[in-house]
Amino acid sequence: MERRLVSIRMPALGGQGAVTAAHIIATAADNEGYYAVSNPFFGAEKRMAPSESYARIGVVPIYDRGEVVYPDVIMVFHPQVITMGKSYTMPFYSGIKEKGLILINSEHDLLSKEDRELLESKNVYVLTRDFTKFAVEIAGTELATNMAMLGALFGAMGIVSKESIEEGIKARFLKKYVASGGTASLDSAIERKFKRKLELIEKNLATASAAYDLAREWAQSQGMEPFLPPPPLKEKVA
Amino acid sequence: MKVENKVEKNWAGQRIVSPDYLLFEAPREKHFMTGSEAVKEAVKRASVDASVSYPITPQSEAAHLIGELWAEGYVGVYFRGENEFGVMSEVAGAAMAGGRVITTTSGPGTLRAFENFPMWSGTRIPVQLVLMARGVNSPLSIQPDNLEVDFLLDTGCMIWYAENVQELFDMIIAGFAVAEQPDVHVPIITAVDGFFVSHTREAIYLPPDDIALPPYNPYKSPMPVIDAEIPPGRFLRDPFVMKSNYISYATHASWQWEVRAAIERSRPYAKHYLRGLTEEFGNKDSDIVFVACGTAASQAKEAVRMLEETEGIQAKVVKLKTIRPFPYEELIEATKNAKYIFIPEFNVVGWLEREVRKALYKKSNAEIIGTPRVAGGMTMPKEIIVKEVLEYIK
Repeated sequence: MERRLVSIRMPALGGQGAVTAAHIIATAADNEGYYAVSNPFFGAEKRMAPSESYARIGVVPIYDRGEVVYPDVIMVFHPQVITMGKSYTMPFYSGIKEKGLILINSEHDLLSKEDRELLESKNVYVLTRDFTKFAVEIAGTELATNMAMLGALFGAMGIVSKESIEEGIKARFLKKYVASGGTASLDSAIERKFKRKLELIEKNLATASAAYDLAREWAQSQGMEPFLPPPPLKEKVA
Repeated sequence: MKVENKVEKNWAGQRIVSPDYLLFEAPREKHFMTGSEAVKEAVKRASVDASVSYPITPQSEAAHLIGELWAEGYVGVYFRGENEFGVMSEVAGAAMAGGRVITTTSGPGTLRAFENFPMWSGTRIPVQLVLMARGVNSPLSIQPDNLEVDFLLDTGCMIWYAENVQELFDMIIAGFAVAEQPDVHVPIITAVDGFFVSHTREAIYLPPDDIALPPYNPYKSPMPVIDAEIPPGRFLRDPFVMKSNYISYATHASWQWEVRAAIERSRPYAKHYLRGLTEEFGNKDSDIVFVACGTAASQAKEAVRMLEETEGIQAKVVKLKTIRPFPYEELIEATKNAKYIFIPEFNVVGWLEREVRKALYKKSNAEIIGTPRVAGGMTMPKEIIVKEVLEYIK
């Protein structure tokens, strides 16, 4: 059966920007013309504590809310999600659907033999890369890990253009954005680091774009099909 | 004689329009935002006189954004109360003095403020509370769970339940329009599920922000508004029962009935501004019916689609938009062909199941099943709803 909805689960650690990533992913997909919803689900926010975000993209209206229990895509933002169980679900791939996609941010292959067998039996695609190193090399900061992860997501899914990703990133950093105290202080820290906001956006875009290319090439080498039919909507956000 | 075509504006410089124009006729543009941001957009267009805030997850962002509106000149008075009890008392004072007032809270904040809610309704102030439901302690939870709505059911406040970001925006505007009707004039609680709506970012259609509701007219209130003649607190300090005679008790009792009667009188207005007290999704003739409110209705809609796709089973959702007044007639009509009525809920006690059983007692032969029920911030995946349904109907 053709997929009509992609549910994305993003287990991460507090401070890594998974909530920001979910919002940019949903905004970019909305801009492309899909139905899209983002929804963070954190506990008491703390650096390095488990924090999860979810995004849903579809060709039909999306009513589903809350934790993604049966994901099509899982984006593991930190190796500790797997090695220390910093995830709301154990194992981290619990509920993954047939022909799903898992992106893992790690310099090492963290899957056990059993993990690999189970995921292969479900025809799940797995891409393990050190996206943090990738972010450091291109943007000069590990805080851009989330940009690398979302670029890779769209590269692998092959349904959202780089232009829409750019719109999503700009909507996050250029428009007035409401954030919690912790996120606001991270924002101001990274703004100081880049001196100028536009430089920040440029670096983020470059990181997302390079990760997009990497994942696109990988997806084609794996023979992956686009994750969804073409977008149903044309109306733009004001 | 020359007649000037004067456009009426409020103090923020917004053109004053009718609630009908704002809700139904004004052109709308697509935006992409969270529930908290939608609260700001609604308050911005509602000529609000005063708001008092106190931080508690998940409503803090909405409270903070109303403060920004004050800084931008859209809200007359705004400050942070000393705690939620203080907040709910202070907004009551502002409303008794003739202001249109809105505030927000969640979970433990609701409980801390509780004495004030029946005071609001007894004093007949049309205060609006945006309630972003969260688990009630202890142990500590900040996650979505609407147990607190059960506690509020019989405080004499109207209670509406928005499903998503769009409905929250529309309900806040409609809430003022209905609560301020002279023959209604009771508080309005617009509830949503915390995080699932407050922090969820999705598409929303908004009218322009240079138009707004007409300012509140306190002299249409059924209670005397505080002014140079009427001192504050008269009604609370000098109530009937202090006289301790028969007529004082009778007056107190009839006052309580009158508050409830006022909620009943809100029905035609709510039907108009909400386009009905209920909404249906799925096959109208189906004998499997979900009755739900808020995001439990969203999850039930997904379950209806999944039942159809994977099992070939037809079902429908009856979403309740108002809980007080309770949509008895609509529910009886919508469930007349039902064999099974499922009530999915985000709380441990099943208050909506209780309400539905009461409403349908001797009115329906359907089996009423209070499931699935999740609490403490757990998610209700459609797969679980479908599984429960299949277990019951086989």
